[in-house]
Amino acid sequence: MKKELRLMKGNEAIAEAAIRAGCDGYFGYPITPQSEVLEYLMAEKPHERTGMVVLQAESEVASINMVYGGAACGKKVMTSSSSPGISLMQEGLSYIAGAELPCLVVNVVRGGPGLGTIQPSQSDYFQAVKGGGHGDYKLIVLAPSSVQEMYDFVGLAFELAFKYRNPAMILSDGAIGQMMEKVELDDPRPRWTDEEIVRISPWATTGKPAGRERNIITSLELDPAKQEKLNLKLQEKYRKLEKEEQRFEKFFCDDAEYAFMAFGTSSRICLKAIQLARAKGIRVGMLRPITLYPFPVDAVKEMAGKVRGILVVEMNAGQMIEDVRMIVEGKVKVEHYGRFGGIIPSPEEVELALEQIIIGG
Amino acid sequence: METGTVNSDIIREENLVYRKSRVLTDNIMHYCPGCGHGTTHRIIAEVIEELDIQEEVIGIAPVGCSVLAYNYLDIDMQEAAHGRAPALATAIKRLMPSKYVFTYQGDGDLAAIGTSETIHSANRGENITIVFINNGIYGMTGGQMAPTTLEGMKSSTSPYGREVSLMGHPLKITDLVARLPGSYFVTRQAVHTPANVRKTKKAIRTAFELQREKKGMTFVEVLSNCNSGWKMTPVQANKWMVENMFPFFPLGDIKVNGELVSK
Amino acid sequence: MAKVKGDIVVEIERCKGCEVCLDACPTKMIAMSPDVNSKGYHYMHKIKDDCIGCANCAIVCPDGVITVYKVKIG
Repeated sequence: MKKELRLMKGNEAIAEAAIRAGCDGYFGYPITPQSEVLEYLMAEKPHERTGMVVLQAESEVASINMVYGGAACGKKVMTSSSSPGISLMQEGLSYIAGAELPCLVVNVVRGGPGLGTIQPSQSDYFQAVKGGGHGDYKLIVLAPSSVQEMYDFVGLAFELAFKYRNPAMILSDGAIGQMMEKVELDDPRPRWTDEEIVRISPWATTGKPAGRERNIITSLELDPAKQEKLNLKLQEKYRKLEKEEQRFEKFFCDDAEYAFMAFGTSSRICLKAIQLARAKGIRVGMLRPITLYPFPVDAVKEMAGKVRGILVVEMNAGQMIEDVRMIVEGKVKVEHYGRFGGIIPSPEEVELALEQIIIGG
Repeated sequence: METGTVNSDIIREENLVYRKSRVLTDNIMHYCPGCGHGTTHRIIAEVIEELDIQEEVIGIAPVGCSVLAYNYLDIDMQEAAHGRAPALATAIKRLMPSKYVFTYQGDGDLAAIGTSETIHSANRGENITIVFINNGIYGMTGGQMAPTTLEGMKSSTSPYGREVSLMGHPLKITDLVARLPGSYFVTRQAVHTPANVRKTKKAIRTAFELQREKKGMTFVEVLSNCNSGWKMTPVQANKWMVENMFPFFPLGDIKVNGELVSK
Repeated sequence: MAKVKGDIVVEIERCKGCEVCLDACPTKMIAMSPDVNSKGYHYMHKIKDDCIGCANCAIVCPDGVITVYKVKIG
């Protein structure tokens, strides 16, 4: 059967995907450039469509803690925000990671620091992939580069979040959140029943029936020996994620002499820059990480063995490049080209940067 | 393990008048001797047992002395970040409206760092119960000034007494909550005498029962001593509470059936 | 008039010796033991046989230490 097609904004795609993924609850607070997520959900009345709860909270702090409460009940819950709001959520995310709860947080990144700008940026890479809040933890981070992926990654994020009992983040940006593209929609999946929730998440606080121990959701452990064990268990989970969930996409890599590395909006710019370079006879390809955590380490290693130089293109002052350099270990030249503060680089300047920084430099 | 077996013919199951609720675990509570937290935990357990809702109730522990409340109540519980319990409770109740959801919070948690969550959950009329322990001090961190510390009252961060011109006024947050249209039943009680314990228990029971009727937030403040924080014996602390806390935080119902009680 | 007679059982090891129960007893039949439990607390115990089973001591006890029984006599 032919799939339903719709022209949508990235932010709207997130919202529609949530309803169709059987999401139980969305809790959010308005902030540009992602307010359409909450607006779309309110207009769609998902409580009538699927029974999904949608609530505008009093702050991002409250939103993430509502997500914490809902996630602890085994429900599919999510929030979305943009950079300053995501900063406010870091405490809650740390608790959610510590308590090993699945949930989805969407960051439609804008430029910072501080109040910064409402224009798109990728300057929250560090915050997203290195944990973000206090303590040793990781989020599963997916980086969409199209409106279709905004839609698709909602379901994928929930799937991974529940598989690993870990918070997942979609790290988007203002460009992908605001742009309109054609989206192929799935048939809606029903929300889980109470029985399914108990079966899928037997740890959830759904009310203690006679004959089972009480379920406690906490990130507190005062005994350092036990706290270390909890940390080791988390680390074991992260190692498993790193082994099994690296996702990436390669473009024009077969004959490539040079490579771009870019995610999200930057990867779209790089695709055009590849065309420009190849028209000049420069054989350049691209590796686009889809999972920023776990980072596609193996693919980067492989590429580093084949090309003469890598240009990491980011809408920030150089964040992902640190991970790339750590993997490449100086075997080939790795340099950065970035624009920030809300500027999206043009394909021409990226192509020129390749010539000047990598080939000529 | 027991004393007083003089009338051992009386000590029989059919003569039982009172026994610790089965909804309390056997873990010995970590609270200081004579602390009102223990008493309040105990009566919450009794209410849950009497209403027969152990399977339907989800509790939320705060950050503060009662951070480990889940060790003592034999129910499903979550442990919130400091001040955020009403946000958790909001989501739980909305996602599982047939459950009974309550938060258990101290004065620092509820009336300082969590003021926003407290006020907004009350204002939205969230159909949850908040049990608020007010002892006018931060107990867990070692006796610092709380939003409810009385004027002139000494604490480790107001060592010469709370000076209002420097440190602001003690906050009657319960009265604020009562003035919001989303709250339905708001009361202030204490647990230092048997009569007060009975009243507090009745208030908590009423609060839980009203959740069934979906009338809005129910809010039970419990004045408690913090004898170690106040640096007194438990008995002295209870006396001090009556003489100093009660005049500023008078006991009694503040809002009943959605209407403010006129004084 | 029917008289009532009560009795209490104290879980000595749970008692923290706060003494809050002492004032609550209408017949003053309880006091702190000169002995201590394994935690070092003087625990509450019966000193007289005047218990009326009112349960006041148990109701005010923060630690749920006391179990109360009562019978009607005559």
